[in-house]
Amino acid sequence: MWQIFHKLGSPKWFFGIATRLMPWLLAGGVLLMMAGIVWGLGFAPKDYLQGNSYRIIFIHVPTAFLAQSVYIMMAVAAVVTLVWRMKLADVFVKAVAPVGLVLTFLALFTGAVWGKPTWGTWWIWDARLTSMLILLFLYGGVIALDRAINDEKSAARAVAVLVLVGVVNIPIIKYSVEWWNTLHQPATFKLTEKPTMPAEMWVPLLLSVLGLYLVFGWLACLRMQTEILVREQRTRWVREHVMAGRT
Amino acid sequence: MAFESLAAFLSMDGHGPYVWTCYGAFFVLMAVMMVWSVRRRRAVIESCRRRYESLESRDVGATTRAAATFTRVNVSQD
Amino acid sequence: MNAETRPLIKPLSSGVGNMASMKAVFSRDMKVAFRQRQDLLNPLLFFVMVVTLFPLGVSPEVSFLREAGAGILWVAALLSVLLSLDHLFRHDFDDGTLEQLVLQPQPLFLLVLAKTLAHWTLTGLPLVLLAPVLGVMVHLEGNSIAVLCLTLLIGTPVLSLIGSIGAALTLGLRSAGVLLSLLIIPLYIPVLIFGTGTVAAATEGAPVAAYLALLGAFLVLAITLAPFAASAALRISLSNS
Repeated sequence: MWQIFHKLGSPKWFFGIATRLMPWLLAGGVLLMMAGIVWGLGFAPKDYLQGNSYRIIFIHVPTAFLAQSVYIMMAVAAVVTLVWRMKLADVFVKAVAPVGLVLTFLALFTGAVWGKPTWGTWWIWDARLTSMLILLFLYGGVIALDRAINDEKSAARAVAVLVLVGVVNIPIIKYSVEWWNTLHQPATFKLTEKPTMPAEMWVPLLLSVLGLYLVFGWLACLRMQTEILVREQRTRWVREHVMAGRT
Repeated sequence: MAFESLAAFLSMDGHGPYVWTCYGAFFVLMAVMMVWSVRRRRAVIESCRRRYESLESRDVGATTRAAATFTRVNVSQD
Repeated sequence: MNAETRPLIKPLSSGVGNMASMKAVFSRDMKVAFRQRQDLLNPLLFFVMVVTLFPLGVSPEVSFLREAGAGILWVAALLSVLLSLDHLFRHDFDDGTLEQLVLQPQPLFLLVLAKTLAHWTLTGLPLVLLAPVLGVMVHLEGNSIAVLCLTLLIGTPVLSLIGSIGAALTLGLRSAGVLLSLLIIPLYIPVLIFGTGTVAAATEGAPVAAYLALLGAFLVLAITLAPFAASAALRISLSNS
């Protein structure tokens, strides 16, 4: 088991695995997403309350879901960075934070656009939207801190501390925002909570969530490879790899 | 199929603009992010390759044509 | 204890206990701060000015101020704590004292806790003492003012503690001030929500003990976790420079 752990920590080993994995991740992800979206857009039945505007759910929920779990993944990687100093873990955090930011922004944007036909305004200080906005700030802070520190190693460790502090705060923020929300506007119409969602709706939703996960996996591999190339450019294997690809 | 015609599919009972704005933003941003990541990886590989090549040629120059580099230094000092 | 290990350990710890060293750090910070009194006054002035902006900028009506007053005071207090955080480690970092602190045999998080406590005594506590005056100016009622001061008393230490992490992380960076606010403001949101929520409940005549207990829970959590994170961040920042 420890051998696998050490292997996982080796950038060279990861680079090879990622190269082999990436076509499958991309193909599977795009296929699943497309299936989910086409099914959701064209074939799923109309919602009796919200009409066709609910079809935004098939991208809103996957982006919101992934935006949150990317932060959790970053927190796990941050623990690994601080405890075991594994190179790949901080490569992951650095490579993935901008993706998380974009996904959070998409979740917010689709939520706001969905709010227009549902609530009549673009923005409501709804508990979910507000906590997504705070998550956007957290991602922004992580990226800004990473950019501000020049030294690679201390940047990685400082970012890891920040991510961990953030992840301790996420549940507190979530619950306090929910409490604040009930204090200020009781009984709002929630976007995604349905008493019962028929299978024709949740199956395509599940497909697009899975698809986006795979696409994220592809993006993470790709961006980690880029970061590894930058960091390891003095090593022989990178040199051999780059020169072998020369035409 | 939940819609009778393409026009009905596009208008989505008046919700069309909202739905299509969301999907548009999603696809554009995802595509931009993916393309940008691919291009950045390519650019990094390219810059690495150039560095290695310049290193290689310098090595070759140092071992086989030491005299040539020596004269070049003299010229540049004028 | 054998005679061989004693001389190795004794001079390092030099008989100073954890409490004594915390006290020493605390009183030193107080002394240094009172030599530069302007730095002490600035956050307070800022606090008063921000509160003044709201009646001028929005509306001086009693009904508006009474409703928004607690929120205004809380936001202003939060901002002035944020403004003062840059000083928490900056001077010690510039003159090298911080490196000495890190090298002390006492656990760093205790020393960081003492420094943060000193920071709160110098900025948070004066804000709490000033709050009743401003509370009267925004037409809060007596009971609400008392609750507001209580929430500030429990809440501002939390602000200082969370802020110490951000101050430690951004130590020695170029645009530290702006970056610090970027990192810390999202983490301040729960304190703000519960601080103002408690006052709102008090204004409506609802019991506030449960809210105060929650704020107290935040404080306990911050005291136990923040010094660890801040001291880890300090070590990273010092190894960077």
